[in-house]
Amino acid sequence: MNTLKRHYPLLILATVLLLLPLVLPNNYYYDIAIRMAINAIIVLGLNLLIGFAGQISLGHAGFVGIGAYASAILPTHFGWHPILAMAGGAAIASAIAAVVARPIFRLKGHYLAMATLGLGIITAIVIKNEAAYTGGPDGMAVAVLSLMGFEISGEKQWYWVLAALLLFSFWASRNLIDSPFGRALRALHGSEVASQVMGVDVARYKVAIFVLSAFFASLMGSVTAHYIGFVSPNIADFFHSIELMTMVVVGGMASIYGSLIGAVLLTALPQALSTFEGWETVAFGTILILCMIFMPKGLVPTLATRFGRDRQEDR
Amino acid sequence: MSQFLQFLFSGITVGATYALAALGFTLIYNASNVINFAQGEFIMLGGMLAFFFMQAGVPMPLAILLAIAIPALVGIALEKLAIEPARDAEVVTLIIITIGASLVIRGLIQLWLGKGAHSYPGFSGSEPIQLGGATLLPQSLWVLGITALVVVALWYFFSRTLAGKAILATSCNPLAAKLVGINTQWVLLVSFALSAALGAIGGVLLTPITLTSYDVGIMLGLKGFVAVVVGGLGSGLGAVVGGLLVGVIEAMAAGYISSAYKDAIPFILILFILFFMPRGIFGAKVTERV
Repeated sequence: MNTLKRHYPLLILATVLLLLPLVLPNNYYYDIAIRMAINAIIVLGLNLLIGFAGQISLGHAGFVGIGAYASAILPTHFGWHPILAMAGGAAIASAIAAVVARPIFRLKGHYLAMATLGLGIITAIVIKNEAAYTGGPDGMAVAVLSLMGFEISGEKQWYWVLAALLLFSFWASRNLIDSPFGRALRALHGSEVASQVMGVDVARYKVAIFVLSAFFASLMGSVTAHYIGFVSPNIADFFHSIELMTMVVVGGMASIYGSLIGAVLLTALPQALSTFEGWETVAFGTILILCMIFMPKGLVPTLATRFGRDRQEDR
Repeated sequence: MSQFLQFLFSGITVGATYALAALGFTLIYNASNVINFAQGEFIMLGGMLAFFFMQAGVPMPLAILLAIAIPALVGIALEKLAIEPARDAEVVTLIIITIGASLVIRGLIQLWLGKGAHSYPGFSGSEPIQLGGATLLPQSLWVLGITALVVVALWYFFSRTLAGKAILATSCNPLAAKLVGINTQWVLLVSFALSAALGAIGGVLLTPITLTSYDVGIMLGLKGFVAVVVGGLGSGLGAVVGGLLVGVIEAMAAGYISSAYKDAIPFILILFILFFMPRGIFGAKVTERV
């Protein structure tokens, strides 16, 4: 395989992101595109954990919340520079992930689901209760993000920021999967014992991928907070965790394209359903069930098998 | 001392509901290896339906009966329509299916009965009983009494009747159960119906004390799940002890430490337990074969 061909997917994504503004009619559509990109980046990280390493996280919104609130609280109450606050949030999220990862990843299946779920819910409750800092259930305003005296504001500017970030994450994820690290992750998904026997330090890899996905989730939490200019506890709640995990599973576990498709579809879905006034929740639930029954492996892998594409090519 | 008693009473009352929910989780888990994240919605359904029927003028006993029977039918529908078509799917897939189901149930109830919080009077008045300096609502006695009755009935069902033993056999080894002529399909349906009814009973009993609305199911269900894991997945005794334990610890911590963090306490508890006892208190020791 020549080097150029290897970069085709990256070039295609870059072209799509470049041309998209030509067909986006107004700020409403820019907004949806930005939310899709934010979710896609979180889901790329989460899919490394769920799809490639075979672990479950039912509390990932907790990390998104930590990033969002770090970007809200540190500049407002402590006068930090927003970029520093963003890094601080990511550091806190990564540190928490690193500390809890070892005991948590000794667990499997439903116990692991319970532990990660607990972690997410505790984070959400702390955010709701510490009203002196977080504004409680009402949420709080977030300062504008400025880079070297240049303020990022408005949907059009944010679109380019997110397009660049998405392109980078896509490139990084693809490289990671094809690195020794990625192979080790897939090995431990296949059989933990077998990979251990082959010399893979299972615990270390699980911790590393959990920290990495928490780091990305927190960064995107910060970005969301600055973009919207406001944070509320919903960003960290159980339902948001479920939404993120659903994007992974509906798009396709262990599929990078699946992460993108899942994020795009499930971000668009509530918008499309909003015409059904009141029936959104019912419709969302029904679509989840149908997807899982008819495409348990997720959209991209199912379609890829259907059209007989080479599985090796399709990651 | 009277304060301690007060916290204990309220803890055991709520804990009994967690125990019923936990038994529901356990039943379905044993029969099908599925953790049913829609379990909490059955608790909500019980309370909301009882409220609806009573308001519509149906006599209380009949209203309660309907509020337990309808969720049981919903449980059967859930198994038939959503779980059965996806048999043999991975854990994550099944978890998402039950989450989807819980969204559908919650959404429909919200459309039908609105977003308001509801309650109805206790079964035998609301005159508090004085006991050791603490007060106890008569409804709490109903909660405890009926929970105890349900536990005894379940014990009888599983240890003394053919149907119950068929369910146990299926949870031990579905293939072997099929070979000796047990209709495992039927076992699945009964497990879902029974577990939905258990949740609904909890909801019907608890509503006069704590109010109900379309969205109470998530927290109650998750705490029931905590109770299951505290007791050890798959253990019936563990589910009951776990439920009471979670209820009491929650009430004590809310009373003595911080009431704002009441909802966080079961989850902090579960993290500690999982860190130090990865299989819960009553969980079986399993040696993994490779």
